[in-house]
Amino acid sequence: MDKVAIRAPLTASPAGGGARGRGLQGFLLQSPAIMLLLVWSVVPLLMTLWYSLRNYNLVDPTRQGFAGISNYWYLLTDPDFLTSLENTAILVGGVLAISVGLGTLLAVLYNEEFAGRGIARILVISPFFIMPTVAALLWKNLMLHPIYGVYSAMMRAVGLTPVDWLSRYPLATLVMIVAWEWLPFAVLILLTAIQSLDTEQKEAARMDGAGMVAQFINITLPHLSRAITVVIMIETIFLLTVFAEISVTTAGGPGVASTNLAFLIYSRALLQFDVGGASAGGVVAIVVANIVAAFLLRAVARNLET
Amino acid sequence: MVTSRILAGMTVLGMLLAGRAQAAGTLTIATVNNGDMIIMKQLSGEFEKAHPDIHLNWVTLEENVLRQRVTTDIATHAGQFDVLTIGNYEVPIWARQGWLAELRPGADYDMDDIVPSVRAGLSVDAKLYALPFYAESVMTYYRTDLFQKAGLTMPQHPTYDQIRTFADRITDRDSQTYGLCLRGKPGWGENMAYVTALVNTFGGQWFGDGWKPMLDTPEWNAALTWYVSAMKADGPPGATSNGFNENLALFASGHCGIWVDSTVAGGLLFDPKQSHVADRVGFAAAPIGPYGKGPTWLWSWNLAIPASSRHADDARIFIEWATSRAYVQLVARHEGWVAVPAGTRISTYASPDYQKAAPFAAFVHTAIDTADPNGQTKQPRPYGGAQFVGIAPFQAIGTQVGQSVAATLSGQMTVEQALAAAQASVTRTMRQSGYLH
Amino acid sequence: MARTRTRLRQGVVTILGWAIALWMFFPILWMFLTGFKNEPDAISTPPHLFFSPTLSSYRDVFAREDYWHFATNSVVISVLATVVALLVSIPAAYAMAFLPGPRTRMTLLWMLSTRMLPPVGVLVPIYLLARATGLLDSRTGLIVIYMLTNLPITVWMLYTFFREVPVPILEAGRMDGATRWQEVTQVLMPLALPGIASTGLLSLILCWNETFWSLNLTSSIAAPLTTFIASFSSPEGLFFAKLSAASTLAVAPIMVFGWASQKQLVRGLTFGAVK
Repeated sequence: MDKVAIRAPLTASPAGGGARGRGLQGFLLQSPAIMLLLVWSVVPLLMTLWYSLRNYNLVDPTRQGFAGISNYWYLLTDPDFLTSLENTAILVGGVLAISVGLGTLLAVLYNEEFAGRGIARILVISPFFIMPTVAALLWKNLMLHPIYGVYSAMMRAVGLTPVDWLSRYPLATLVMIVAWEWLPFAVLILLTAIQSLDTEQKEAARMDGAGMVAQFINITLPHLSRAITVVIMIETIFLLTVFAEISVTTAGGPGVASTNLAFLIYSRALLQFDVGGASAGGVVAIVVANIVAAFLLRAVARNLET
Repeated sequence: MVTSRILAGMTVLGMLLAGRAQAAGTLTIATVNNGDMIIMKQLSGEFEKAHPDIHLNWVTLEENVLRQRVTTDIATHAGQFDVLTIGNYEVPIWARQGWLAELRPGADYDMDDIVPSVRAGLSVDAKLYALPFYAESVMTYYRTDLFQKAGLTMPQHPTYDQIRTFADRITDRDSQTYGLCLRGKPGWGENMAYVTALVNTFGGQWFGDGWKPMLDTPEWNAALTWYVSAMKADGPPGATSNGFNENLALFASGHCGIWVDSTVAGGLLFDPKQSHVADRVGFAAAPIGPYGKGPTWLWSWNLAIPASSRHADDARIFIEWATSRAYVQLVARHEGWVAVPAGTRISTYASPDYQKAAPFAAFVHTAIDTADPNGQTKQPRPYGGAQFVGIAPFQAIGTQVGQSVAATLSGQMTVEQALAAAQASVTRTMRQSGYLH
Repeated sequence: MARTRTRLRQGVVTILGWAIALWMFFPILWMFLTGFKNEPDAISTPPHLFFSPTLSSYRDVFAREDYWHFATNSVVISVLATVVALLVSIPAAYAMAFLPGPRTRMTLLWMLSTRMLPPVGVLVPIYLLARATGLLDSRTGLIVIYMLTNLPITVWMLYTFFREVPVPILEAGRMDGATRWQEVTQVLMPLALPGIASTGLLSLILCWNETFWSLNLTSSIAAPLTTFIASFSSPEGLFFAKLSAASTLAVAPIMVFGWASQKQLVRGLTFGAVK
């Protein structure tokens, strides 16, 4: 089923009043959403920009006036700023890799028929319904705690000494926890997409002698490309601003080993109610996010065209 | 027909959006989720019976969330809350901003019954701005059975050297018994509360004249070195995730030999329903370091009223009720003497029933009574507070230094590196916030 | 030969499918079980798999907080925010999918990038705005905020699902004389219903679990279940059993709903009618 061929008639046969009419209708239909988003993004953005250029501390009203770029300077010259960027990149990249990579494989797996598949699917999807705070507390205290965690008990049962995960490998453990939360989402979307894969194509390929791996690479993956794009874009939005998990488990530490940009803004600015500093941090975060978005755009642009 | 359907739909929508309405004479109380406040919430029925025109509306949150929520509210004059639960850290700072209503309780409130050190922490220029609900200091808990087995005796006023020796003797990693449990979780109110107290008794301090940070002094180094080497030798794994709660759980489930922390743990550790070691707990004074003197830990949770509150009169009635002698008796009748809010009223400690129910009561009373948050450090200091620094930027400063300290525990930094990094970051923050020039 | 290989393959698939499912679900199961323990049991070493269950933790949870008030708030806020978001997104996604203009791609990406601002940076401005408009501690306030924060995502997802609908079907409807309204309601919606349902479910989950704004913009009237949880995390004393019970109560409604509706979603976008 060649989707490209189907697209062609759209431009050829105008529907309802010519190209201009279409454009106007399109505009009208989109405008409520766009206007709302405009208000939502522009107003807070303007306020944030305004505050970022002023000295404004909630608990210290004696500090007032124009601050120039001192709030930005303070954040950008923070010795931990670059580390926080690094950690953000590792967190986002790591969780994306696990959820998309493993998610694709799991979607193929759960597309196969096997006994009790329905129930198994439900179990796999469950972590996505859990609140991030609760998920983090679960893992930190009930599972991974070196003394009374279940994983530690299992390690002890086979003679190993339990590892203090959150202290020795804070960022890696965080990646694992966040990936546990988001993998179900990826599996759900990718499974939905795989279900619309034409089995005739696969049959034909198999008759041609293609093995499982070749089928996977040449037929399944291209079909999933749009769904993978959706997953990546949506997850990136949330992963860039992971906060609750960090504050509940490691509070950014030890040192700054698990501090990402959002947590850095919190601990340097918000914790002392420095609105100017927090706003400057917000602006920096938007800039970083837009760079990431532009990067992603280039990488997945093709999928938006087809 | 359609219009009536639309009208009906909009009414339903309106009702859904409105939620529960607030009756007149409702007080919204923001409070922390500890045992004492939970009991108070359960006893609100008693208050409402005595004052039928006041309804209590409770918002219970975890401490950090509460603090952020309440500070944002009062700083922006949003008026969401009529009664605030805040610590003796916030009271002087907010009082100086004019955010809190001055309190002048009547004679039958018996202000002289309030422990003087607690009261002093809530007053600015001899005016009172909050009423204390409970107070705590710090003490040493230890396992009497482990000490007996090792042939040790804990003196009434141990030194830190002695603590280290004891801990070394009773640590037994194979049975998951760790000689020493101390706070390690980063946070200005978590590990830094303890470390500040430790530094005080070693002769160090946060700031000297002119707000110059003093983390690069030999006293800080000595204190931190003691802390790190003791925890490495005798501490439990996962120490950097252990705050007060986690250590309480560890001690109560039998994994700790010695624990230095807040006096509020006493009631929980001696309660057989919550502690596996209720019959094997001993207590002593907080350990002393080389300096010996210095400010000593005092923390109180207090009830205050925002200056801009629209229900100030009702709020005053409530907070006077909640911190009164009669309230203590009420809790004793309902929950037993072991559950009464501790540390604020002398009469509580004088009561023979309380002393019977809580064998450590007199001890705690002495600790709180002699707690001196304004005590003398080695060098003169521009700030008040014992286990914290009473300035607004301290939350951020304390948390940041707390992370460096946690990094020494987990081995990522040496003590020297951590202190150098801490000194640099504190200097930076103090300059940014305008204290240091 | 081929039979044993298929049988082996089937066995591997079954074992793998179940092993992974159990590993993913295990922490949740443990949390559920812990809710039925008393506090000392909850952190016993070694952890008890078999224990005598008690309802004391649940009783404590209900005694301490008015669960139903929080749950009602969560349901009303999540459902209304989702409904409004869908009402606004469906026309927008329709326009982007079937009436694309030259700037559609950019608009989509700009929409998504607005979502990437970390809430911590913009807390105080939004708080001041909410205070000025009288929307603090109100369900309406949260509904508005959730609707706005989820809008980019719902538009994007609906756009993706609409693009999967083959245009000839819509054109056939148009040629039969259907107006655009009829085209949308009678042809497009039934075909794209699983996609709309997925988007709705995603929005529902995101609203249900959203922690930052719900904690900061509500106090008592409009507080949803995330605030309920915040009063059980890390109080003084032992709390794991109560936290597990409270978490189970907070998560149960959305999880049951998700389980019940996931069959709808996974039915997916098969277009048997097209063939």
